[in-house]
Amino acid sequence: MAATLEDYRDVVGLDVIEELRIVAAHVKHRRLQNINSTSVGGGVAEILTRMVPLLRELGIEASWDVIRGDEAFFQVTKAFHNALHGRVEEITAQMLDHYRATTASNLAQLNLDGDVILVHDPQPAGLILRKREIGRHWIWRCHIDVSTPDPRVWNFLKPYIEEYDAAIFSTPGFAQHLSVPQYMVTPSIDPLSEKNKELEERFIEEVLLKYHLDPDRPLITQISRFDRLKDPLGVIAAYRIARKRYPCQLLLAGGGASDDPEGEIVLREVQEQAASDPDIHVLLLPPFSDLEINALVRASTIVMQKSIKEGFGLTVSEALWKKKPVIGGAVGGIRLQIIDGVTGFLVHSSEGAGQRALQLLADPDMARRMGEDGHQHVKQNFLLTRHVKDYVLVMMALEHPDEDVVHLE
Amino acid sequence: MPDHQPFKFYTERRLVALTGLRARNLEELLKEVEQVPGSSIFYHTHHQYLSQHFVKPRFYNEFAQWTGHAVQEWMLAEKLGAIDLLSFTSIRQLREAIRTTIATHLAQDDTRSREAPAGEDFHFCKSKSFVMPTGLVAHNLSDFLDKLPHVTNISLFFHFLEARLRLERKTNDFSQWLSKAGHPGLGATIEALDPYLMTLDELRNEIIRLGQAYIGD
Repeated sequence: MAATLEDYRDVVGLDVIEELRIVAAHVKHRRLQNINSTSVGGGVAEILTRMVPLLRELGIEASWDVIRGDEAFFQVTKAFHNALHGRVEEITAQMLDHYRATTASNLAQLNLDGDVILVHDPQPAGLILRKREIGRHWIWRCHIDVSTPDPRVWNFLKPYIEEYDAAIFSTPGFAQHLSVPQYMVTPSIDPLSEKNKELEERFIEEVLLKYHLDPDRPLITQISRFDRLKDPLGVIAAYRIARKRYPCQLLLAGGGASDDPEGEIVLREVQEQAASDPDIHVLLLPPFSDLEINALVRASTIVMQKSIKEGFGLTVSEALWKKKPVIGGAVGGIRLQIIDGVTGFLVHSSEGAGQRALQLLADPDMARRMGEDGHQHVKQNFLLTRHVKDYVLVMMALEHPDEDVVHLE
Repeated sequence: MPDHQPFKFYTERRLVALTGLRARNLEELLKEVEQVPGSSIFYHTHHQYLSQHFVKPRFYNEFAQWTGHAVQEWMLAEKLGAIDLLSFTSIRQLREAIRTTIATHLAQDDTRSREAPAGEDFHFCKSKSFVMPTGLVAHNLSDFLDKLPHVTNISLFFHFLEARLRLERKTNDFSQWLSKAGHPGLGATIEALDPYLMTLDELRNEIIRLGQAYIGD
């Protein structure tokens, strides 16, 4: 059953919930129609699953529709995704035609009945073509890192995006030259989800036992896909520096990568590096392992997210929420989550990460303080309730497009 | 008997708007400072006062922060950080002070400034603010002092910092109301406070302390 505002009140406090109600009252009864490309899997679906019921409870008539596409369409949009992340991809005229054709067939099928239509990511972006006919307020929500997009793909999408009433990005660094207003809404974690909720000690112990981890020795953990951009080999190098002084263990855990051939190669490299050391644990976790991931992070002494490039990196907030100090690469949204020296450390190399791990292992009081401050930082800035409020404010902004200061009674 | 019109406490909710404008070095920073909307100048000189800080930042002024940390021009960073926000009553004046400080620095130094490292460009933001009544109303001075502890930091920010500079009311709303309500002395004393040297919690406590001392006199 979906969590209610009442459930969140116990976590975030009454004042935050009251604040949400006050703000939402200004757009009560508006129909907010979300549209994305998948109902399960991926961060967007995860957030919408939790957010839509909360918006409804606040009196906003929120709904959620999913566009349809064949495999070829999703190959095109996957190529878009990679190219927007700055990777070199071959984009042919045929691919662009297929995107247009799929957009047209979705326009024929979808019932666009929202007062505000919130379109998530590039896959459904073309639906904006209907705006000239039906009007309404349209928002394009970009969840991906477009700090250095491939100009061919960006220039293909840009005319669509400039038809929207507003665009939303996750960090200031993703903002673009656009003729429409742009807002920043950072992503969030759900404190009541299986990945983040409180767990019983006994369950955590069972998970440690299951994966042959020693509860009595420090544990350094990185939770991420086996992807070069997450630098798992760099994490092993950092662990080896810490290991010289402290008898610690390393856990590299992540989901499978069946659609990512490179992922399998990276996993093999990691396994080879780990083979000679029984204290390096490499876990390929099946889908729906959120409770176990939660337990593994809670059992950790230090969490790493040593990414080389990162969209936002919510694994950082997930660890901070569990009061763990985090050592992270100084990239993307990680820089918003780790306040260097306060909620963890930002690093630029394996050596830096290793050195910081040593300092944290040597000073458990500092590690505890950072964990506490990290929890507060996430509570203030990166929880679902703040995310809901920001969407409500964007809805209000659409009704007052020309004022920087809007006076409401 | 009421002291004049009652004081209505307002609060605001802020949404961060992105301008899409960025700077990689001091020349670009100067160019953009000259043309970005005034609300962006206000944002980068003020929004740090609203953030929760675990450690007091060296610079609340983000132009100064970036000039130091990203471009490593610490002398200019300190000069930008020292710009006295309280000495201006309009964003136009504040923008000019920032512009002149950067331009003077660049004119003195014939070497081109460093580029910020990749990913550390300065991104110009601004806020879209929704101002709403809190429902709290003070009918006279002692009522005002009783209500102040219940006023949130963002409400205080609105009446004290934003009203004076962003909305160009020249002084803070509290001092203005106190003067009209027959307490010009207290209004002036409160106006002399430097809100940029204290946290919003400290500012609230200081106003209450001054108000109580004034009543006690």
